[in-house]
Amino acid sequence: MDFYFVQFLSGLATAATLFLVSSGLTVIFGVTRIVNFAHGSFYMLGAYVAWSLVERWGDTPPGFWGGVLLAAVTVGVLGAVMEVVLLRRLYRSPELFQLLATFGVVLIVQDAASWLWGPEDLLGRRAPLLRGSVEVLGQPFPLYDLMLIVLGPLVLVALLLLFHRTRWGTLVRAATRDREMTAALGVDQAKLFTSVLFLGSALAGLGGALQVPREAVNLHMDMAMVVEAFVVVVVGGMGSLPGAFVASLLIGQLQAFGILVFPQITLVLVFLFMAVVLVLRPYGLFGRPEEGPPAGEAPGPPLRPDGPRAATVSLVLLAALAAVPLVAGDYALIVLTEVVILALLASSLHLLTGLGGLVSFGHAAWFGLGAYGAALLVRDAGAPMLPALAAAPLVAGLGALVAGWFCVRRSGLYFAMLTLAFAQIVWSVTFQWYAVTGGDNGILGVWPADWASSKAVYYELTLLLAGGTLWLLRRAAFAPFGYALRAGRDSALRAEAVGIDVRHRQWMAFTLAGACAGLAGGLYAFAHGSVFPTLMAVPVSVDALVMVLLGGLRTLAGPAAGAALFHGLETEAMRLTDYWRLVLGLVIVVLVLAFPQGVVGFARSLWDRRRGGNGSAAEPVA
Amino acid sequence: MTGESLLSVRGLEAWYGRAHILAGVDLEVRPGEVLALMGRNGAGKSTTLKAIMGLVAQRRGTIRFAGHDLTGLPTHRIARLGVGYVPEDRRVFTDLTVRENLEVGRQPPRPGVPAWTPERLCDLFPNLAELRGRRGGHMSGGEQQMLTLARTLMGNPALLLLDEPSEGLAPRIVQQMAAAVRTLKAQGLSVLLSEQNLAFAGAVADRAVVIEKGCSRWTGSMAALAEDEAARRAWLAL
Repeated sequence: MDFYFVQFLSGLATAATLFLVSSGLTVIFGVTRIVNFAHGSFYMLGAYVAWSLVERWGDTPPGFWGGVLLAAVTVGVLGAVMEVVLLRRLYRSPELFQLLATFGVVLIVQDAASWLWGPEDLLGRRAPLLRGSVEVLGQPFPLYDLMLIVLGPLVLVALLLLFHRTRWGTLVRAATRDREMTAALGVDQAKLFTSVLFLGSALAGLGGALQVPREAVNLHMDMAMVVEAFVVVVVGGMGSLPGAFVASLLIGQLQAFGILVFPQITLVLVFLFMAVVLVLRPYGLFGRPEEGPPAGEAPGPPLRPDGPRAATVSLVLLAALAAVPLVAGDYALIVLTEVVILALLASSLHLLTGLGGLVSFGHAAWFGLGAYGAALLVRDAGAPMLPALAAAPLVAGLGALVAGWFCVRRSGLYFAMLTLAFAQIVWSVTFQWYAVTGGDNGILGVWPADWASSKAVYYELTLLLAGGTLWLLRRAAFAPFGYALRAGRDSALRAEAVGIDVRHRQWMAFTLAGACAGLAGGLYAFAHGSVFPTLMAVPVSVDALVMVLLGGLRTLAGPAAGAALFHGLETEAMRLTDYWRLVLGLVIVVLVLAFPQGVVGFARSLWDRRRGGNGSAAEPVA
Repeated sequence: MTGESLLSVRGLEAWYGRAHILAGVDLEVRPGEVLALMGRNGAGKSTTLKAIMGLVAQRRGTIRFAGHDLTGLPTHRIARLGVGYVPEDRRVFTDLTVRENLEVGRQPPRPGVPAWTPERLCDLFPNLAELRGRRGGHMSGGEQQMLTLARTLMGNPALLLLDEPSEGLAPRIVQQMAAAVRTLKAQGLSVLLSEQNLAFAGAVADRAVVIEKGCSRWTGSMAALAEDEAARRAWLAL
């Protein structure tokens, strides 16, 4: 019993940190409507900056706490800078572009931190006066954690007072509901948003800084935390502070006791919990539906079916690709094989995101399921390559069929979070189920059949399968299925009114996209001869989104081009410098800033401007 | 500044995406007058007000207000110069109480004009006094309309843009709105209101501008419009 109580207390301590970080995230989301992936990076920076300051001054209480606070303020300033330099230009951009921009920041911060503090884990000083532990029901419990438990509710109360008792807070809550009206009443949104980013980022920084005495500071803190913070925000209801607090408590306890009851699947529990909450309460525990549709993008021009010329161009391109082995060496073929596989992955995601208007944060799950399906068949059933390749889309498609049934019941960000939840569930099962998947050792020895063992033959095989699938996806886009999907994207209500079962079409699209991603995964497994859990981790999902966005949402050829561009960039940057993430992140940020409406949207607005409207007459207002 | 007008709009054009909504609107609001912007559904009345307020991204033409060029300014600067905007769909902040809604609208007083306070506004709209702690989302349509107007007045505007103030309201509330507009006018405020309802416009406005298909077609006094049956039939009748 006593042991359980101490476990309960340590759950509370975890919850406090979780709340600090996710309260910042939920406030930022509430006002800017931007899904800020960089929030985890600010948490990590808070920890690093605090580590440095505490190393210097941390032997006295004022030094320690001064260091922690200064770290939080520093990170807050960085958040404000990000708003001024980057986010401010993107409030009218498509949601996905904002996401992409913040992901660029994640990459930049990763390498900046690695450059400044090195790749090693850093152990920080303990807090002066709070080094020891106290007896709680005969069990030792760290004093520092006790302090965190008290701090959590204090911060909640302070934030609630700030938002309900000050003019600034009132303005922020008004802007959360209706930005345009707030501006029409004379409120300078730019300043308001900068201050919100300062506050939100400072809270993340504070959360990170307070971790220094508890655990080692390392470069993986950012992604781990941002994913958990998103779970908290979504479970609590986006934009709700009390929601974030309750969700933090629940998830803190889930983690504290989950590890006792289900030590094998601790990682799954949190995401399973989020999935259940979202299925039962669509807007989270304390959330409410949006009033009116969010200021979405105007529907773009419709896709144009191919004329004979486009068909000729595609065939010529295919023939040219097929002829590459005549001139290129093995290295080029390996890179090109990967590009083709990624083009298939990106195109399958585009079916969902471009045509269906559904943004998936978890597309890597199906890529990974396909890869593992094929690899397991080879290792455990001794299956030859072709049947294993055929099984890949089936396994992934089946997974997507089940997950899709849940996911399509929600839309927008909630859909995205559900896909993330399922992807994380698949990933954690793979990661923790050593007996079958080998955990992070992966599965080795998944080599192509003898006849396909040369790089050239395997490349041609990949080209054939991927090309055929792309052709099918293209057909689907112009079949009644594709029209129905696009109708559901542009106006779900009107599509329903003309008799389209939008949800069913989305479900089928989800399954088809999953199956195609699975095939890509199978091809990837044989190309590399091995599979690892990283194949289905968040970064792969994000990479796929980046590829789709680079190419543009409104064209069918875009994702393939985006995949080539992205992989090319990544490969080159990796070859040239250790800081390839920094380069990639900067490229993403510059691209997003240069083309805030997307590359295709940019071309369109140029066209519009030539047609007459004076596009630059007024500041953005949305 | 063009003579004695407070707001002067010349050759105003506006687009939503590729749709050309306003093709040439001219109008002038003189200090202390109420100007009714009339026209059928879809003629461009609301868009005209939004374009003045900087809420339409794509616009062209000149908009001058009290010596300032509004064309390139962001919305909040336009509001701070003294243009108050009351949208057609009310848009009260449903999460915020009446008191908080008013707080969002508060701006520093303008020299020479008595500043609006929640107390003065409650004299103007007695209903609001009892509802101060009520959330915006828990009010009736008429109460919300009063709150929206009161909220905008908290910014101490010199010119009010009222978008369809009588739309969708019960007759009793419409009368209250008309009374409020007359009171504000008597206190020296200028008003530009868009309206389809000739009776309401006739009850409050001094002059009218009629627009059709995004162009202004007719300008004159309210009395002249009441007599000009041809004009009414051409541009206003259903």
